[in-house]
Amino acid sequence: MTRANLALLILIACVAALPLFGGAYALRLGTIACMYAILALSWNVVGGFAGYPSFATAAFFGFGAYATGVLMNDGLSLWLSVVITAIAALLLAAMLGAVLLRLRGHYFAIASLSLAEVLRELVNNATDLTGGGMGLNIPLASGSSVLGDAMFFFYAMLGLLLATALMTMAVAGSKLGFGLACIRQNETASSMIGLNTTLYKSAAFGLSACFVAAAGGVYAAWVHYIDPSDVFDILYSVKPIVMALMGGLGSPLGVACGAFLYLGLEEVVWRNYIQIHTGVLGLLIVMLLLFLPHGLVSLRAGMFERKAKHV
Amino acid sequence: MHAAQILINALVLGCLYACIAIGFSLVWGVLNVINLIHGSFIVLGAYLAFGLYYSLHLSPWYAVVVAAPLFFVLGYLLQRLLLNRVIHAPVLVTLTLTFGLDLILNNAMIYFFKADYRKLTLVPPLGSVSILDVVVPVDRLIATVSALALTGLLYLLLRRSRVGRAIVAVRLDRDAAVLMGVNVEQIYAIAFGLGAALAGCAGVLMALIFPISPLTSSGYLGKAFVVCVLGGLGSVSGALAGGLLLALVEGVGSTFFGPSHATTLSFVLLIVFLILRPQGLLGRKGFE
Repeated sequence: MTRANLALLILIACVAALPLFGGAYALRLGTIACMYAILALSWNVVGGFAGYPSFATAAFFGFGAYATGVLMNDGLSLWLSVVITAIAALLLAAMLGAVLLRLRGHYFAIASLSLAEVLRELVNNATDLTGGGMGLNIPLASGSSVLGDAMFFFYAMLGLLLATALMTMAVAGSKLGFGLACIRQNETASSMIGLNTTLYKSAAFGLSACFVAAAGGVYAAWVHYIDPSDVFDILYSVKPIVMALMGGLGSPLGVACGAFLYLGLEEVVWRNYIQIHTGVLGLLIVMLLLFLPHGLVSLRAGMFERKAKHV
Repeated sequence: MHAAQILINALVLGCLYACIAIGFSLVWGVLNVINLIHGSFIVLGAYLAFGLYYSLHLSPWYAVVVAAPLFFVLGYLLQRLLLNRVIHAPVLVTLTLTFGLDLILNNAMIYFFKADYRKLTLVPPLGSVSILDVVVPVDRLIATVSALALTGLLYLLLRRSRVGRAIVAVRLDRDAAVLMGVNVEQIYAIAFGLGAALAGCAGVLMALIFPISPLTSSGYLGKAFVVCVLGGLGSVSGALAGGLLLALVEGVGSTFFGPSHATTLSFVLLIVFLILRPQGLLGRKGFE
């Protein structure tokens, strides 16, 4: 276990202690923080490890939300629905990945971006199953008090975050992670020395989608009502990228820190500038990319480098 | 006659789609940047036409003349000051940057113009012409002809002028263009400015036909994506072919499956094309 991984686990443990200090508002923030961290860590498997600019997060988030919502309306329990959703997303993404991941660069970005559009339109038109544009109501899962409900979903999201973090660490330390790093550096060369790049990329895409979809499922059960323009919002694709860029691409600890930092900024902006919050978000993105393109991790690495030169 | 009407509608709409996509295609082809702010530029152009018509009673076809230089300067400066700093960064960075810029512009438009749908209504209305049973509204016809004229103008510019040849040279081989003495940074800025100008003019023409709202920008952007991929990147003829194909597919699709499925169909077509023929209808392989 590397130091960065240990730090990530400690960070998650600190978040777990949140209910000791705050009320329902803190729990709501904590739940969103965990959700953002799940999205960012999952995106990092494809975008950070393999270096593929995926904009498909919103597609799988929405897919997960609707799959869980529909299953729960059929009377299944929350846990069973989320597990079925995650497995379905894994299979769907692995199959789509085998096809879409043959594209590179701009073409992959466009294709993954369109995936969310296609799914949104399908959900919009399948009125019998999903309620279409009217949205979908989801039955209460826990049914206890307001605070108890908040606590329940906070720990559900936290548990999922822990699972995502463990998955990321396992991938980073395994042959799969090594293969993805090879693909990022030079895909043609790695396929020439016998790496099954399609298999590796599809596996990464599937794993990433699986946890995103599970987070979407828990989110749907948490808010009790979803509609296509909410859960297939393109911002769900872009926010994880901004978080990852903020923290530092490829480093799970950096990405998780980026997610928490991003949520903090977003909350401040929401509170103070509700009318122009997307504009402020845009400004944040522009500033970040122009002045700190390698994220917060780069600040630390830069300091180490300078020290090493003096030694 | 029903088929003829579908065909004429597709022809009219296809030229407009081409006009929407052509600036986007130019920027993608020359700068290798997916310019997500394109949709908001189109909407801004539509607001310009709306404002000019209701404050100065300037007809939209004259507003094109005002919009083109304004948007060119806007695009030129945007590229010079911001995009140029990350022009060699990976696609993830440039795409996210233009997304951030789009958020800013779109939010500004919602803030200043409100999200209400507006419509530019010409007084007196132009009516429509009908040949046999095929009916075409005159404002749509004017917009289509103007869109075709703009597309032709860009074609001439790229073919005949010195700047145009330089843009094509950079598009074909950036390094070789540098060796031939082309100022690549300047060409990038000019190409981006041209892309913005075309978006602004397209927006002015859209104001004649469609309702205006900041919320429509993502729809225009989606059309630009699909047209570019269908037709092939960075060529004028490709954008025209892509626009016509998209309009035809949407027209036929909404007749047989209902209008709500037309968008789904176009995006499915986009993904199929990306996988099977990423160079587009008229593109050449390896020239992506």
